[in-house]
Amino acid sequence: MSEKPKLAMYWAASCGGCEISVLNIGDKILVVDDVFDLAFFPCIADFKVKDVEGYPDGYIDVCLFNGAIRTSENEEMAHLLRQKSKVLVAYGSCAYEGCIPALSNLTSKEDTFNTVYFDNPSIDNPDKTLPLVETEVAEGTLTLPSFYHTVKSLDQVVDVDYYLPGCPPEPPQIWAVLEVVVNALINGGPLPPAGSIVGAGTVAVCEECPLEKNVKSITEFYRPYEIQPEPGLCLLEQGIVCVGPATRSGCGALCPQVGMGCRGCYGPLDDVEDQGAKMLSAIASVVSVGDAGEDEEELEEKINAVMDSLADPAGTFYRFSMAHSMLKRVKVNGNGANGGDTK
Amino acid sequence: MKRVTIDPITRLEGHGKIEIFLNEEGDVENTYLQIPELRGFEQFCVGRPAEEMPRITNRICGVCPEAHHVAGTKALDALFHVEPSSSVKKVREMFYNAFYVTDHTTHFYALGGPDFVVGPDAPAAERNILGVVHKVGVEIGKEVIDTRIRNHHVIKIVGGRGVHPVAGLPGGWSKAITNEEQEEFKEICQKNVDFALFSLKVFDDIVLANQDYVDLILADTFTHRTYYMGTVDEHNHVNFYDGMIRVTDPEGKEFAKYPAKDYAEHVAERVESWSYLKFPYLKNVGWNGFTDGMESGIYCATPLSRLNASDGMATPKAQEAFEKFYETLGSKKTNGRYEPVHHRLATHWARLVELLYAAERMQELVNDPEITDPNVRPIVTNTPDEGVGSVEAPRGTLTHHYWTDENGILTKVNLIVGTTNNNAPITMSVKKAAKTLITKGTVITDGLLNRIEMAFRNYDPCMSCATHSLPGQMPLEVVIWDSDGKEVEKLSQFTDNQRV
Repeated sequence: MSEKPKLAMYWAASCGGCEISVLNIGDKILVVDDVFDLAFFPCIADFKVKDVEGYPDGYIDVCLFNGAIRTSENEEMAHLLRQKSKVLVAYGSCAYEGCIPALSNLTSKEDTFNTVYFDNPSIDNPDKTLPLVETEVAEGTLTLPSFYHTVKSLDQVVDVDYYLPGCPPEPPQIWAVLEVVVNALINGGPLPPAGSIVGAGTVAVCEECPLEKNVKSITEFYRPYEIQPEPGLCLLEQGIVCVGPATRSGCGALCPQVGMGCRGCYGPLDDVEDQGAKMLSAIASVVSVGDAGEDEEELEEKINAVMDSLADPAGTFYRFSMAHSMLKRVKVNGNGANGGDTK
Repeated sequence: MKRVTIDPITRLEGHGKIEIFLNEEGDVENTYLQIPELRGFEQFCVGRPAEEMPRITNRICGVCPEAHHVAGTKALDALFHVEPSSSVKKVREMFYNAFYVTDHTTHFYALGGPDFVVGPDAPAAERNILGVVHKVGVEIGKEVIDTRIRNHHVIKIVGGRGVHPVAGLPGGWSKAITNEEQEEFKEICQKNVDFALFSLKVFDDIVLANQDYVDLILADTFTHRTYYMGTVDEHNHVNFYDGMIRVTDPEGKEFAKYPAKDYAEHVAERVESWSYLKFPYLKNVGWNGFTDGMESGIYCATPLSRLNASDGMATPKAQEAFEKFYETLGSKKTNGRYEPVHHRLATHWARLVELLYAAERMQELVNDPEITDPNVRPIVTNTPDEGVGSVEAPRGTLTHHYWTDENGILTKVNLIVGTTNNNAPITMSVKKAAKTLITKGTVITDGLLNRIEMAFRNYDPCMSCATHSLPGQMPLEVVIWDSDGKEVEKLSQFTDNQRV
């Protein structure tokens, strides 16, 4: 029997990019292999849910949980892994704050099923068949997990010890976190306080972005295909929406450096509950409000005109943080935040 | 009735589940491949600005985000009625071929290769990338990792990020390639071509030189006579980035050839209540159940399919490899075209032919003077309405279809994703393997797991996205219940210590 600490990694509603991000730490993966014994890792090793159910509580030292909570199966796995893990990490944007799958909270389960299974040009479904939790076939009963109305972050269904942001987290950040964990497990080194956000900075993406800022105010927003940005200059100050001011650093400001605005995948800054609201105030601070002494009504019109040139502020400023935001979900067809899928 | 459950087979967006039902005689009555997850991109993208799609839909798959990114970008070209310049197309296609090099390499060495290089009957603990390394040498393992690293480097430079790129724009690309970057890429490309040639030699030396393996490839258990789909250029050569969609019938005749925008006239998607994943089929043949042959609209979209649907490869060394592939597998030429190869396990070889093509094509593009054109981000002023974009994802033809209002806000989205094309063929392959291996109540334990896994894995389904990792095995478990619902046997693919 090995005395090595036990590591688990699980995916719920996710894309697999988080697993790729771990592989992208390169040869450091061999150190991880050296230090840990795997206890559950459906991506790369054959441990079954049944094995995990058989572990004593707290058997897994560190569990990296990625993916949002989209189905009943996702939630069941979250409860099981919480019970069996000493340290549960919400790994990546989906588990941390809902990420892209939580854009689904702007719509409803009914509309989703309607679009996917009834109403598109390639569908062939004259009998209006929908996936069912239980289907009787000639040979027996087939089951599927139920599809929730609302996408949730991991901490909306279980307690979470740490959050590791990013879509996906950048490899150097992942390694930095693993080093701390390894040091704590092997040498009794200190762990960050429970509830901490790890593997990320404490300032805004702007602080690590090399593009030059000139405190310039803008009068109009451009869609990214409507403008050729001046190289080397801040995109937001050129009227291209960039969520950098409302987003935690840690990625290295990769997107702005290829001329594309940040979309906020590292989540909100410390002490900011709502990334979208923070971004609105950042936008307000760069919008030109005209000269002192101008007519108030004209000013308001000007501001409104600038704000109208913003496309889809909800889906852009909450691109990754919808599940965790104050919005949580937009009411559609009477489905509130907990509509239809309370525990 | 006995019931065999394989759960998880590993994932698409979650994991798949295979149910096998035995009849009173103990033979396989039926099998079901169930996909238990849906995320609903087609609905939640409605209301988003269209230009965000390449960076939203890449979150469908973190292993092949480049495919969604490029298909989405091409859908924007059509949506905004803007024809990209030839230099923009070259930058995108070069980026896309760099992705193909990493993806096909990883699949062959980590996933598909172990079955052959180490052997289909080798202990599970050895049938992984480490087993491959032991067999062919440590330097090869390093070469595989280096191939992955150097091409991900290209992807990050050109696409902006290592995972989930951001550079695609309607008619353009946000990142121009500098002269210094071009010089660096040239070296990378030469290494890629050398590595692809070496990989084909590994296949030659280890697989083709072994009659047992050749017999396995040719075995009926892994053979289905279906229609094949792939994208071809103006010479009917394979192209990953652009061209016409071509469908050939089980006898090798061209059945249809159409621009991607006409996909809905040719492909229909069937819904079954026991899976969240739809089952596409050829509309003009019709749905005839999970069967193969001329009368069944089931088609396949994989590396093997692309070769079968084409007349050849557009680069010289890959064309040589293409000819050798068909000649060796006993295919004859009729009307200048090779007859299709229906052996599903030959898909692994076809993937290596494509790897060589991707490496050669990337090299051609990197050496093209236009690749460093600084003007790759045009200003687009056209009014958007509707557009279809398509590429060959490694796992099949990928189609994105968008509709917007006049402000470019999405009103409707339809996606047919690579692996989805192969949902019905995979179901059929699993059934055939199960039928061959379970007779009269006899379950060939290890063989069942291995062969079902092989039947499944040659498609490189996105369920195995994440098994694009070191051990290269899919977690498989078979539980057998008797008619009273009592568990009588449980088989598992892995040893307890299986890890990175």
